[in-house]
Amino acid sequence: MNSIVFQNVKKQRGDFVLDIPHLEIKKGYITGFVGENGAGKTTTIKLILGMLHPDSGSITIDGKDIKSYGAEIKKHIGYVGDPTGYPEESKLKNIKKMYAPFYETWDEALFEHYMKRFKLKLEQKYGELSTGQKKQFALIMALSHRPLLIILDEPTSGLDPVVRQDILDVLMEHMQDENISVFYSTHITSDLERAGDYLVYIKDGQIKMNQPLEELLSTYCIVSAPKKLFTEDIKKELLGYKISAFNAEGLVESRDLAEELFGREAQYHTPSIEDIMIFLADRREA
Amino acid sequence: MNIIISGDSLIPLYEQITNQIKEQILQGKIDQGSLLPSIRMMAKELKVSIITVKRAYEDLEAEGFVETVPSKGTYVSLNNKERLREIRMSQIEQQLEEVIIAAKSIDMSLEELQKRILLIYEEV
Repeated sequence: MNSIVFQNVKKQRGDFVLDIPHLEIKKGYITGFVGENGAGKTTTIKLILGMLHPDSGSITIDGKDIKSYGAEIKKHIGYVGDPTGYPEESKLKNIKKMYAPFYETWDEALFEHYMKRFKLKLEQKYGELSTGQKKQFALIMALSHRPLLIILDEPTSGLDPVVRQDILDVLMEHMQDENISVFYSTHITSDLERAGDYLVYIKDGQIKMNQPLEELLSTYCIVSAPKKLFTEDIKKELLGYKISAFNAEGLVESRDLAEELFGREAQYHTPSIEDIMIFLADRREA
Repeated sequence: MNIIISGDSLIPLYEQITNQIKEQILQGKIDQGSLLPSIRMMAKELKVSIITVKRAYEDLEAEGFVETVPSKGTYVSLNNKERLREIRMSQIEQQLEEVIIAAKSIDMSLEELQKRILLIYEEV
């Protein structure tokens, strides 16, 4: 089952064109959304939230077209943006008072539970919070109405590891309900390495990859070998490569293919998400 | 149940989970017929992806160690002792084969090998 589906979506913003013929985000899982700055992550997220409208094509959430059901769908989305953007002068209790009535599903007990857990006080002013606390508060606001779809734009950027782990813990608690989906854009790929279920990779406005992370990390393979082995024919088989003064490295779709191409003269290891991103980004250069 | 996983290991996470559950079933540390934690609970506690645990449970089920009852959960299979013993036996035979190959490679006689096995068997 799918949470979000893009169908023939095109969106032009200045010189930049986002072009997504088809994209499915699975229901009940955490999907990480990665790509370089300017690749189209924020545009994609804004389209999902209805903050931008596609030039053509359709986007559905839980089977409902956001063009016709926008208002209803939004009630079931929890969003944490970057930056989070609440009024600096407002006390947390007033921010809550302002937003909670919009949601029929607002869960006051859950809100209090998270406030306690993150040690935030209702009397604090938003502007007095640290960067990490602002993110935590935004997350609390996003989760307290028990949304079915949680969208996070760079939720952990600029945060220390302890706060990042706390945020991931809270997300995983929410995932106990199999109707909840998380769509999560990030630079910090190590956050995803263990907890992420699917990885969507976007480059130059196009989705280049949408796969279970487990599969990706257990099948893709990095080869380090002498430069002479990287012939033109072999390069064609690689997903990306880097050639340096003393050796060359390449990303290959599977260990079997890598061994077939390079044999015993090469060394093989498992890539991290970051490795995969770097190789895919550099494909034509080097 | 104890599960210790390492992100640095060459063994994929799902396999680390399967191996440890299997081992504990074989050692009787997890009772037959008992209910395993839900996939999502296990993912949360181990801080791994849901897909990772799902794959581990699917592999355990494919090998007959556990059974999934829809909308109830995953149970450790019953009456598995015989089958599990057979699996262990074949593993032991495999290991013995390796020992014998090693013994033959230094021209050790069967008699000599038996003597050593007896000695070690009594010591362990």
